[in-house]
Amino acid sequence: MLTKIKIAHVQDIDVLGSRTFTVGDKEIALFRLSDGSVHAVENRCPHKGGRLSEGMVCGSNVHCPLHDWKIDLRSGNVQEPDHGSVIVYETEVDAATGSVYITID
Amino acid sequence: MGEKKKLVLVGNGMAGMRTVEHVLKLAPDAYEITVFGAEPHPNYNRIMLSSVLAGGSDMKEIVINDLDWYADNGIRLYTGDAVVKIDTMKKKVVSESGVEAGYDALIVATGSNPFMLPLPGANKEGVIGFRDIKDCHLMMEASKKYKKAAVIGGGLLGLEAARGLLHLGMDVSVIHIHSYLMERQLDEPAAKMLQRELEAQGMKFLMAKQTAAIRGGRRADGLEFADGSSLDADLIVMAVGIKPNVELANSAGLQVNRGIVVNDFLETSVPGVYAVGECAEHRGIAYGLVAPLYEQGSVLAKRLAGVETGGYTGSVTSTKLKVSGVDVFSAGYFMDAPGTRSMRIQDDLEGTYKKIVLQDDKLVGAVLFGDTSDGASLFAKIKSGESVAGKEKELLLGFPAGGGAAASPAARLAAMADDEIICGCNGVSKGTIVNAVKDGCGTVGEIKACTKASGSCGGCKPLVEGLLELYGDGTAGEPVKEGICGCTSLGRDEIVESIRAMSLKSVKEVMNVLEWREPEGCSKCRPALNYYLGMLWPAEYMDEKESRFANERYHANIQKDGTYSVVPRIYGGVTSPADLKRIAAVAEKYDVPMVKFTGGQRIDLLGVKKEDLPKIWAELDMPSGHAYGKALRTVKTCVGSTFCRFGTQDSIGMGIALEKAFERLNTPGKVKLAVSGCPRNCAEATIKDLGVVAIDGGWELYVGGNGGVKVRAADLLCTVKTEEEVMEWTAAYLQFYREQANWNERTAQWVERVGLETIKAVLENAEERQALAARIEETLSRTTDPWKEIINSEELRKNFEPLPSAEQVVG
Repeated sequence: MLTKIKIAHVQDIDVLGSRTFTVGDKEIALFRLSDGSVHAVENRCPHKGGRLSEGMVCGSNVHCPLHDWKIDLRSGNVQEPDHGSVIVYETEVDAATGSVYITID
Repeated sequence: MGEKKKLVLVGNGMAGMRTVEHVLKLAPDAYEITVFGAEPHPNYNRIMLSSVLAGGSDMKEIVINDLDWYADNGIRLYTGDAVVKIDTMKKKVVSESGVEAGYDALIVATGSNPFMLPLPGANKEGVIGFRDIKDCHLMMEASKKYKKAAVIGGGLLGLEAARGLLHLGMDVSVIHIHSYLMERQLDEPAAKMLQRELEAQGMKFLMAKQTAAIRGGRRADGLEFADGSSLDADLIVMAVGIKPNVELANSAGLQVNRGIVVNDFLETSVPGVYAVGECAEHRGIAYGLVAPLYEQGSVLAKRLAGVETGGYTGSVTSTKLKVSGVDVFSAGYFMDAPGTRSMRIQDDLEGTYKKIVLQDDKLVGAVLFGDTSDGASLFAKIKSGESVAGKEKELLLGFPAGGGAAASPAARLAAMADDEIICGCNGVSKGTIVNAVKDGCGTVGEIKACTKASGSCGGCKPLVEGLLELYGDGTAGEPVKEGICGCTSLGRDEIVESIRAMSLKSVKEVMNVLEWREPEGCSKCRPALNYYLGMLWPAEYMDEKESRFANERYHANIQKDGTYSVVPRIYGGVTSPADLKRIAAVAEKYDVPMVKFTGGQRIDLLGVKKEDLPKIWAELDMPSGHAYGKALRTVKTCVGSTFCRFGTQDSIGMGIALEKAFERLNTPGKVKLAVSGCPRNCAEATIKDLGVVAIDGGWELYVGGNGGVKVRAADLLCTVKTEEEVMEWTAAYLQFYREQANWNERTAQWVERVGLETIKAVLENAEERQALAARIEETLSRTTDPWKEIINSEELRKNFEPLPSAEQVVG
C-alpha cells in the first residue's frame, strides 16, 4: 500500500546537503538540490553499500563517499562508467508550508 | 552596530550585483539593500548569451543569483522596473512604476547599450542589437522564419552573434569596416587565421565595407554599401560596439563624459553616489570586459564596507575568447610601436600563432591563436612588469632555447607489455587502455569513462595521455584539452590566475565565469576550487562545506561501514594521564568498538556512529586532530634531549611548538611533520612532508619526503641555528606549497615537479620568506577548532542527526 508521510521541513536539509531517516528496516536519504527540489533515494550505494547521504552533491548527482560512484538522484540510475540503480521515492514539497512529503509502499 | 544604512543599486547586471555580493561578504549587516533592474530577470551572466543563442544553455543555466538568493539575503529586488529619476538632494530614486527608495549610498550600474549606427532605415523591423536576453529571443524567432542574416561589426560581439546565428541554421554574412577582424584584440596575422577558420565553418565576410543604408519596406530586406554594392538580408544585427548608458546619470546632474566620471574609489561627482561597470569612465576609459568590472566592484565593495583599499588604478586587460572552437587570446600592448620589439611564430599546419611584444626588458603584450594555454602565464608577466631578460625565446617557444629535447617517454610506453598495469587504483592495464583508444576513445576523459583509468588518484594521467598520443590515430575528432577535471579545459594555473585577476569569490562564480561544462562541477573540481579560493582570499572567502568530502564535512574519517573514526589532537605525541582517562571513559561510554594507536603517535577511536560524534567531541574536550583532512595531520617526535642520552636538542618541545603553530591549516594535500632529536632520526623525519633533524648546534630541515604510495626520501632544504629560524622556514615552505601546488598534490610530487632548486631560490630570499610567513600567519589567525564550532551550533549539529521518525500520515 502506498503511504504518504510528512517527513521534514525543507529547511531541515541544507542546500546540496542530505538528511536521513528510517522506515522499518530501510534507511532513506533526502537531498535538497540547488534548484530547491527535494529527492529521496535508498541510502545505499549499489557498489559497496556506501551511505549516499554522506556524498557530495553536484547538479542532480550524488557522488558516493566511498569510491566516487555517481548516481542521478532523479532517476536513481548509476552514471557511466559504472552500472546499477538505487530505489527512488516520490517526494513533494508543499510550497506554502515548506513541508516535505514522501510516498512509500 | 547601529541602524542599518540604505544601499540602492540601479542596474541588476554583473558589475553592480558583483559589488553587492562583495558588500554582503565584507559587511553582512551594514546595509539594507534595494536593487532595481530594467530587465524582467534575476541577474544573469551576459557573457554566456552567445551560448544561449547557440542552444547550448538555457536561461536558467546562465542565472548567477536566482530569486531565492535575493530573498535569502534580504535584498529587495524590483525586476522589469527601471529607475527613471535620481533625486540627489533628497537622496532617493524613483522607478518607472512609481516605487520610491531613499538611499545613504547609491550605486549606478546601468551598463551600456548597443551602439546603433544612425543609418537610413535603421529603425526598420528586423534590425536589432545584441545585448540582452530579449535580443536572443528575437534572433531565435527570426531564424525560424528567415534565412539570411547580416551582422554589422566584426569585433568580439559581432562574431559571437554571427556564431549564434550560424548555429541557428541561418546563412550569415559579417560586414566589417576594417580590413581585418577584431582589430582591438588581434593583430593582422591572427585575425586572418581566425577569418579562414570561421569561413571554413560557413561564415561569410565582407571586409573593408561601409554600410550606407538599410533598405526594405516595413521590414528590412537588405543592406546598401558606400561603394555601391548591396546584400540581401532578412535579419540585421548591429554589433559595432557599446556605449555607456548614461541617460539617467545625465538627468541627475552627475558629471558625464563618455561614461559617468568616477575617481579611484568609484565615486562620482556627487557625494554618496557611485558608479561601477560599463557605464563608468575611470581615468578616461570605459571598460567593456568582465575582469576590469569585477576589479572595480571589488574596490567599491571595500569602500562601502569601510575596509581599507588602495583604490582602483585601472586594468591591463586580456581577452580570451572561443569562437566556434577557435581559441584566441590577447593582452596588453600587442601592436608593434616605436620602442617595442616583437617575436612571433606562425604555424599554418597546426593553425597556431603566437606573438610577444617586448619593451626594454619587459613583456608588454601578447597575441595567441589556436593554442591559448600560455595565456594566463603571459598575462601574469605583463601585469607584474617583471624583467624577462634572457628568457624571451623561452617565452615564445615554451621551452628553453638551445637545449636538446630529452629522450621521449613514448619509447618507454611503446615497449611496455600489454598486461602491465597503468592505473594502480583501478587495476587498468596498458592493453585495456590501448583497446579503448582503438575503439574510439579520443580523450583522457573518454578513456576514464570507459576504463576507469586515471579515475581515482589521477597519478597515471600523463601515462594515459602518452598512450592516447601513441595509439590514437589523431583523426578521432578534435582533441579536447584536459583541464583539472572533465568539467573544464582549464588547468590549475589558469584557474588560479583567473580567480586572482577577476577576484572571483565563490565556487559557483568561478564555474560561471570560466564557462564550466557542468554547471555545478563534479567531486574533483568542487573541492579543488574551494581550496584555491580559501588560499587566495583567506579573509573574505567563506568555506563551502558542500564542496568538501564527507571526511572534511563531518570532521572525522568515514569508514567502509558508514561509521566514523575520531582522532583527538595530541601535540607532539605527548599525552597525560588525565587525557588518557577521559579518552578511556568516552570509549567505554559510547561502546567504541576499537581503540588503536596510529602511525603518527595518536589514538584513534574507530567505529563511532555519526550521531555520537558531537557528543564524543564535547566529552573529550580536546581539539580536532584533523586526521581526516587535507591539512596538517601530525608532528611526530622522538624523545630528544629531554630523556634520551643521544639527544642533542629538545625535539619534543620543537614538535609541540610546530604543531601548535600550524594546526588547522588547510593544504593542497595532507601534511605530516616530524622532529628528531639527533641524526639517528627515530621520528623518521626524512620521509615526511617536512622533517626537522637536530644536529649539534642547529637544525636540518628536510622537505618533500613520503612514506606512502611511493617512498621518497626528503631533500635537505637548509640548516639553521635557532628555533625561530625553524619556525620561519617551515612557515614559508608550507605557504609556498599552499600557493603553488595543485590541489591533491602531496609535497613529494610537488617538489619533484617544480624542483628543489626553485623552492630553495625563493625561500633563501629573506624578504620573500618573511612575506610568505606573514601570509600563512594571516590564514592561521582565522582558523578555529571545527569540533568546537559544531558542538556550539545547532544548525551544524542537525546534520549529524537522523530526522525524527515519520510522525504523520496523510491521505
